Amino acid sequence: MTIPLSGQLINLSAAFLLLVGFAMLAQRRILSLINLFAMQSFVLVLSTLIVAISTHQHHLYYSVGITFVLKVILIPWLLHRFIRKLNLKWDVETHIAIPTTMLLGIVLVIFAFNLAQPISQLSGTVTRHTLGIAIAGVLLAFLMMITRRKAVSQVIGFLAMENGLFFAATSATYGMPLVVELGIALDVLVAMVIFGIFFFHIREAFDSLDLKHMEQLKED
Amino acid sequence: MNTLVSGILFQVLQSVLMVLLAPLLLGWVNQCRAWLQNKKGAGIFQPYRTLRKLFNKDAILANNATVFFQRMPYVLFACMWLAVGIVPVLATGLPFSPAADVIALVGIFALARVFQALAAMDIGTAFGGLGARREMLIGFLAEPAMLMTLFTASLISQSTSLVTIVDNFAHHPFAIYPSMAFAAAAFVMVMLAENARIPIDNPVTHLELTMIHEAMILEYSARHLALIEWATSLKLTTYICIGIAIFLPFGIAKAGDWMALPLAIVALLAKLAAAGAGLALLEMVSAKIRIFRAPEFLSTAFLLATLGMLTHFLLEV
Repeated sequence: MTIPLSGQLINLSAAFLLLVGFAMLAQRRILSLINLFAMQSFVLVLSTLIVAISTHQHHLYYSVGITFVLKVILIPWLLHRFIRKLNLKWDVETHIAIPTTMLLGIVLVIFAFNLAQPISQLSGTVTRHTLGIAIAGVLLAFLMMITRRKAVSQVIGFLAMENGLFFAATSATYGMPLVVELGIALDVLVAMVIFGIFFFHIREAFDSLDLKHMEQLKED
Repeated sequence: MNTLVSGILFQVLQSVLMVLLAPLLLGWVNQCRAWLQNKKGAGIFQPYRTLRKLFNKDAILANNATVFFQRMPYVLFACMWLAVGIVPVLATGLPFSPAADVIALVGIFALARVFQALAAMDIGTAFGGLGARREMLIGFLAEPAMLMTLFTASLISQSTSLVTIVDNFAHHPFAIYPSMAFAAAAFVMVMLAENARIPIDNPVTHLELTMIHEAMILEYSARHLALIEWATSLKLTTYICIGIAIFLPFGIAKAGDWMALPLAIVALLAKLAAAGAGLALLEMVSAKIRIFRAPEFLSTAFLLATLGMLTHFLLEV
C-alpha cells in the first residue's frame, strides 16, 4: 500500500458512497430515502473537499460549496416539503422484490468495476481507482429509477445518478470546468422545481403518484 | 520452553477471563438497554444471580429425553469456550490459535448449532422442532455472510489465520481499508442474527410467533439451562471479540509480553464496554422484523460482504 493518506480517505468515502447507494436501493420508506440521499450528497461533498485540498484545485472549492448548499440542504428540504404537502408516508413500491434488486445491483457493480479498470489505468489522478465506484453509483441509481413505481423515488434516483456523475467527473479529471458545474447545478435545481410541479399535477390527475396510471392513454 | 509456559499461561488467563466476563457483558448490555428505556434495570450482575439460582435447582428431564438431550448443554458450552480461546483478544501468538483458522471457527459455531437443533427436536415437542427449523434457516443464511466477511479480512492480510489477520492490523503502519467498512457493516448484521438479538429475534420474549432461540431451549431447566444461558452469553462475547480482533485490534499484547498485559486488559474491557453499549443502542433504535424478512436481512449482509471483497480488488490491490 503506497497510496497517500488523502488517497486512502478518498477511497474510503468512495466506499461509503457505494454503501449508501446500496442502502438507497434497499430502502422501503420515502422519508429514509430522502435522508439517505442527503447523506450520499454529504459524503460526496467530503470526498470532493479532500480532493480539492490534496490537489490544490481551487475551482473544486466552489463546486463543494454549491453541492453542499444545493444537495445536502436545499433539495432534501424541498423533497421533505413535497412529501409533507403531498402527504406521502406509505412505503415505496417496487416492480421487483428488493433482494432481487440487490442481486442485480451486485451484477451492475461487477460490470462497472470491470468497465472502469482500463479507463482508470489511462488516468493519472490520485482518485483514478474510484472511477469504478462512480460508474457503479450511476448504474445503481439508474436501477433504482427503473425498479421504483412512485414518482418521488424515481426523482431521488435521478438525483443520485447526478451524484454519481459528479463523483465520476471528480475521480477521472478532478472535476468539470466551473461553468459546466454551475450549469448542472442550476439544471438540477430547475428540474427539482419542475418535478415538484409535476408531482402535484400527477396527483391531481390520477389521485396517486404511481406512474403506472400514466401508461393508460385513454380513459376507459 | 519459557515462552511455551508463558504462552500457556496467557491462554489459560484469556480463556478463564472470558468465561467469567461473559455474563457480565450480557448484564451490561441489559443494563444499558434498561437505561435507554428510562428504567432502573436489574444491575450488571443479574446474569450471575440467575446462573447461581439455576445451578441450585434440581434438573427435570422429559420422560422420552435421550442422552443427546442431556449432553447438549455441555457440548454447547465446550464449543463456545473453545471458540473464545481461539480468538486472539488479549494476546496474539497463543498456543491454541494455530489449531483453527477462521473457517474452523465458523465450523465450531456450526457444530454447536447442529447439536442445539438436534437436541431441540429430540423430545418431540412442537416448539422444539419449530425453533430448530428457524435456527437452521437463520444459520444457513448467516454462515456464508460470516465467511465472506472474514474472507475480506483474510484477503488483506493474505491469510485465513486469525492471528495473522490481527497481527497485520495491530502491528503494522496504520492504513485505511475501505473494504473493511463493508465487512464491518456485514459483520454487525450477522452478529445480531447469530446471537438472536433484536432485528431477528428478541432475547427477552417468549411469544411463540416470534421466538427462535428461546423455543429451542424451552424444555431445559436448572443446571442444563444455566449452562445454555452461560454459553449464549459466551457466544455473544466471542462474536464481539471476533469483531474487536478484526476491526479494532489496537492495544493487543503479544503472548509472553507481561508488561503489555495490563494495558491489553484495560483496552479489552473498554472495547467490550463500548461494544455492549453500542449493541444496546442498536437494539433500542431498531424494531424486530418479521421472520420472513430475516432472509432479506441476511442476504443484505452477504451482499455487503461481497461488495467489500469487490472493493478490495478495485481499491486496494
